[in-house]
Amino acid sequence: MTVPGVLGILVFTAFLVVMAKPMGLYLYAVYDRRKTWFDPAIRPVERVIYRWTGVNEDHEMRWTEYFIALLAFNLVGFIVLYIALRIQGALPFNPMHMKDVGPHLAFNTGVSFTTNTNWQAYGGESTMSYASQAMLMMQQFLSPISGLAMVLAFIRGLTRKNANTLGNFWVDLVRTLLWVSLPMAFIGAIVLVGLGNPQNWGTYVTAHTLQGGIQTIAQGPVGMMNSIMQLGDNGGGFFNMNAGHPYETATAASLMFQMVLGFSIPVGLTYYFGKVVKDTRQGWTILGAMLVMFLGGTLVLYHAEALGNPILNHLVGIHGPNMEGKEVRFGPALSSLFESSTTAVSWGSTAAANDSLMPIGGLITLWQMMSGEVIIGAWGVGLLGMLAFAVLAVFLAGLMVGRTPEYLGKKIGSYEVKMAVLAMIVPTFVILGFSAWAVTSHGGLAGIYNPGPHGLSEVLYAYSSGVGNNGSAFGGLDAAAPFYTWTVGLAMLFGRFAMYIPALAIAGSLVQKQSVPESAGTFPTHGFLFGGLLIATVVIVGALVFFPALSLGPLAEHFALWSGHLFGGGGA
Amino acid sequence: MAAQPLNPQGTVGIPLTRAIGDAFRKLNPRWMMHNPVMFVVEVGSVFTTLDAVRLLIEGKAGLFNFTLQIAIWLWLTVLFANFAEAIAEGRGRAQAQALRSTRTDTMASKIGADGTLTKVAGTELRKGDRVMIAAGEIVPSDGIIIEGAASIDESAITGESAPVIRAAGGDTNTVTGGTRVLSDQITVEITANPGETFLDRMISLIEGAARQKTPNEIALAILLAGLTLIFVVVVLTIEPFAVFSGNTVSVTILIALLVCLIPTTIGGLMSAIGISGMNRLLKKNVLAMSGRAIEAAGDVNVILLDKTGTLTIGNRMATEFIPMEGVDERELGEMALLSSLSDETPEGRSIVALARDRFGFETTERDLVGANFHEFSAQTQMSGIDMDSRQIRKGSSKAVPAFVEECGGTVPTKQLDEVVTRIGKLGGTPLVVAEGRRTLGVIYLKDVVKPGISERLSSLRAAGIRTVMITGDNPITAETIAKEVGVDEFLAQATPETKLGYIQKEQAEGYLVGMVGDGTNDAPALAQADVAVAMNSGTQAAREAGNMVDLDSNPTKLLDIVEIGKQILITRGAMTTFSVANDVAKYFAIIPAMFVVVFPGLQALNVMHLTSPESAVLSAVIFNAIIIPLLIPLALRGVRYKPVGAATILRNNLFIYGLGGLVLPFVGIKLIDLLVTALHLVSLHA
Repeated sequence: MTVPGVLGILVFTAFLVVMAKPMGLYLYAVYDRRKTWFDPAIRPVERVIYRWTGVNEDHEMRWTEYFIALLAFNLVGFIVLYIALRIQGALPFNPMHMKDVGPHLAFNTGVSFTTNTNWQAYGGESTMSYASQAMLMMQQFLSPISGLAMVLAFIRGLTRKNANTLGNFWVDLVRTLLWVSLPMAFIGAIVLVGLGNPQNWGTYVTAHTLQGGIQTIAQGPVGMMNSIMQLGDNGGGFFNMNAGHPYETATAASLMFQMVLGFSIPVGLTYYFGKVVKDTRQGWTILGAMLVMFLGGTLVLYHAEALGNPILNHLVGIHGPNMEGKEVRFGPALSSLFESSTTAVSWGSTAAANDSLMPIGGLITLWQMMSGEVIIGAWGVGLLGMLAFAVLAVFLAGLMVGRTPEYLGKKIGSYEVKMAVLAMIVPTFVILGFSAWAVTSHGGLAGIYNPGPHGLSEVLYAYSSGVGNNGSAFGGLDAAAPFYTWTVGLAMLFGRFAMYIPALAIAGSLVQKQSVPESAGTFPTHGFLFGGLLIATVVIVGALVFFPALSLGPLAEHFALWSGHLFGGGGA
Repeated sequence: MAAQPLNPQGTVGIPLTRAIGDAFRKLNPRWMMHNPVMFVVEVGSVFTTLDAVRLLIEGKAGLFNFTLQIAIWLWLTVLFANFAEAIAEGRGRAQAQALRSTRTDTMASKIGADGTLTKVAGTELRKGDRVMIAAGEIVPSDGIIIEGAASIDESAITGESAPVIRAAGGDTNTVTGGTRVLSDQITVEITANPGETFLDRMISLIEGAARQKTPNEIALAILLAGLTLIFVVVVLTIEPFAVFSGNTVSVTILIALLVCLIPTTIGGLMSAIGISGMNRLLKKNVLAMSGRAIEAAGDVNVILLDKTGTLTIGNRMATEFIPMEGVDERELGEMALLSSLSDETPEGRSIVALARDRFGFETTERDLVGANFHEFSAQTQMSGIDMDSRQIRKGSSKAVPAFVEECGGTVPTKQLDEVVTRIGKLGGTPLVVAEGRRTLGVIYLKDVVKPGISERLSSLRAAGIRTVMITGDNPITAETIAKEVGVDEFLAQATPETKLGYIQKEQAEGYLVGMVGDGTNDAPALAQADVAVAMNSGTQAAREAGNMVDLDSNPTKLLDIVEIGKQILITRGAMTTFSVANDVAKYFAIIPAMFVVVFPGLQALNVMHLTSPESAVLSAVIFNAIIIPLLIPLALRGVRYKPVGAATILRNNLFIYGLGGLVLPFVGIKLIDLLVTALHLVSLHA
């Protein structure tokens, strides 16, 4: 590790803290219907949309109605996308004459983009027409909003008293789209184009290289798509190579800006949360717990990468950091930060090959996803997961103050515990269950390119990424094989819906409860003590269950590597 | 006075053998199903035992030795948990037994419709029957005295040996089945059918304590079951991963890991914590109608306390003599003394005591030969004495001046009014003293705050509980006393309606309200309160409206109840946190042991440097088992509760049970491993 590297990571983290408040205040203004600069331009549009669609702005929904609206919205999005991909060849805007997408891949991709996972079992520039890319882009716009809407509803459940309803999904959707997604993506795209992204609808360029070879240079509306996917924490890159591609990320500055975009909403939401519950310390504590875990993970990852590969060092005499799979223009520190962020914030685009990270680096990326994507996490769902952990932490330790546990004045009863446990069970079952299936079935084994612990890491990574709706890939796995397109597809669905039904159910139950006013006898859910407790809960209850699996994957590989042992063979 | 505990020998008198026997009886799977965590352990024990038998048949001595030991410790884990529960239940059973022995098959004299007496068995009496009970007889069932008065020995129920007076009419007209009439004869109307009497309910509550789960227990049980389910999946998937890695893990080791990871400590002790909480309350002579009520007591945010009898000593006491101008304080004192020597009211006695104390008078009632005592009455509003042609009076600030004027004297109205108003404002009662035509001065009667009450109230405040004083006094008086006592709020000129309204208002704001009451007019408020403690001496209506009955009829008991309620929750939370935190060390003991064969590098995770894989697994399992009996005393006694803010309690308990739970097993497992190694219990080869 170098001093500038560590300093850079620290400064970036500090910047996230600074960014939280203005972002949070803006979100608060949007959802609390206060004045914003955009109102004169956007408010009329909003009204027109409601009139056309017949949405009653003042209609309030119970949690079930809210969830059904959300589900219907996602289902329609999936079906439209699936069909569009299957008949891609017959649709316009296909200058490169891309063929129809097969059923397995279309299912996987459809699920992937509607669940804001954006796991790509395909190479974008070699599979998708511009029309399809535009459809995908549309989902990249819309799918994060579902996640954000869920946390809006959840927070309403915490703050409203003796009520039944959690808001109106369509209103949350429209307001997010008009006030948050569109303006921010637009600004982001302009900046990214300024930082070197192409933005056009032309055919790919064929270039004759100096050596006399022929090279096809893919291009397209990259700036726009890049801005949308980073802002929405989607990560479905335009190019298969994703953020490492020079057209997606020309410079380190561009990469930094993409990170800022990715962090902006999730970080702002924590402040928004504090603002809504009328105690900003609550929001800061959540953000603090998230950032401590993020910073810890990032520094460990950077340390592992900076230390490099001991075998290369010993046998070949290559000293210095592990540069395999990294862009020289980013270097180990920035690459580490970006890869840590992509798994933490769940945007899933990669600027380096995660498969080539040192085992400990791979371990960090895995653990950030296995935690349930609560270390920052994507739009809304990261905060939602963290709040579910807070409910659990309150219940585990809250009894210790001698009162029925309560979170923000709401008593946590057996129903809430049942639902929180359900939400917690999903990632464990899906990741461990599917991974166990993959490493024992013919279909699963056939797609694993590396033997030994690294192969296991690849499998674990795929399902962690799926269930966490992360979308980043470790690589080294035949993601397009039907076994993986279907199982990862299911993991994505479970990760999104099976986890958030219970979360909304908790909100639906809490909203009906009276709130107990705070007193000296109230369990404090802010401050360092609770932050520490929250971290301990995430680590012990959320992540340690993966310890046995991880010890056979990255940990085994790490210790073997440092004792000079390799697992040979394979390779794609 | 606190009464004797219900069952003094209850704490030590449980036959240990019985508890051990119960521990084995509870192995019945149908019983174990109630506790999913321990049920999983039992299933694991069966599997490892079968595995051990298989290894024995196959003649694999080394593995058999290891597997057998694991199996034994797994069985012990289950037995320890059952034992904890059996001990707690044993205590309750002993208490119930003591009660049952008091319920005798009394014969009762039933009064027929025509007034004739017939002898019937007490157990045949039904609601509405009337019985005649004479001195020396045992009250056959619960009822209300409709005629007569008697002194009654209630020690069978309360443990209090001093007899109490019960009489028809008023608030002390209830009698309880099982108590003994010591003197006189009473006619009682029975108010309970067989099996529904107070004693019956008491016995069934104590015995049934284990069966009813409180809302918090249910929620915790769900969490524990969820965690267990997760760990089952974690352990089930290890085998495929291990096979993929070219390794196999024996069923025994997988089961050992599973048992170590699932929350057996809290799972094994949970019911013992709940039952022993109920028992602790019983030892304080409080009978809770449900476990739910006890836990609600821990949640209470607002407590309503009656001023008289709870916060202040029941009666007002003389604290000061204030003479009028030109009157010697000593003379005032003497006259006050003389007027009160024959006055048997507590106020009168306090005046005598004060006068003697201040001026050293030695006059007694015997010196008042030939004097004529006027008793206080509602009409005259004063009392006094006529002796040697002197007419000494003390009484209300209206009656006594009127008496003086009647005698032809003049009243120093201005000064008197000043004094009277001042005392009134301070919450006291002024008693004006006059001798014939002279107005001598005023006796200041004051509410005396019970010793130690202020401290208790301030500790409640520290725990975040608001106290509200209920009084029939006017607001000015109430405020003064409220300040002196140190309550947060007061409800003056309280009527049954205002009390009820106050509770409803607090509840609407989200507060849980606790209240103590004894009178029939308290019943509506008691029924509305979340935690309602009725005095055993109180009326039937109050007792039925409350969800707890205090057998000692001590109104400050509510404060103890709140503490016990909190203690139960704290103990449960502490053990849960401890149990979950323990997992970290167990992972580090077992995971390297599992895989070190195929990945020798994982030895680096063996941070405790345990001797061998077999010793590591065995040590973790032993630690997991013996921590249960080690914590039984804590589970039965409860984690100590100090009334301080939640933040402080959280910090302390997180430090002890969270951090302690994290560190202790590292030390414990290492020590056990050293012992296992020294004794060569299992193979010590890596």
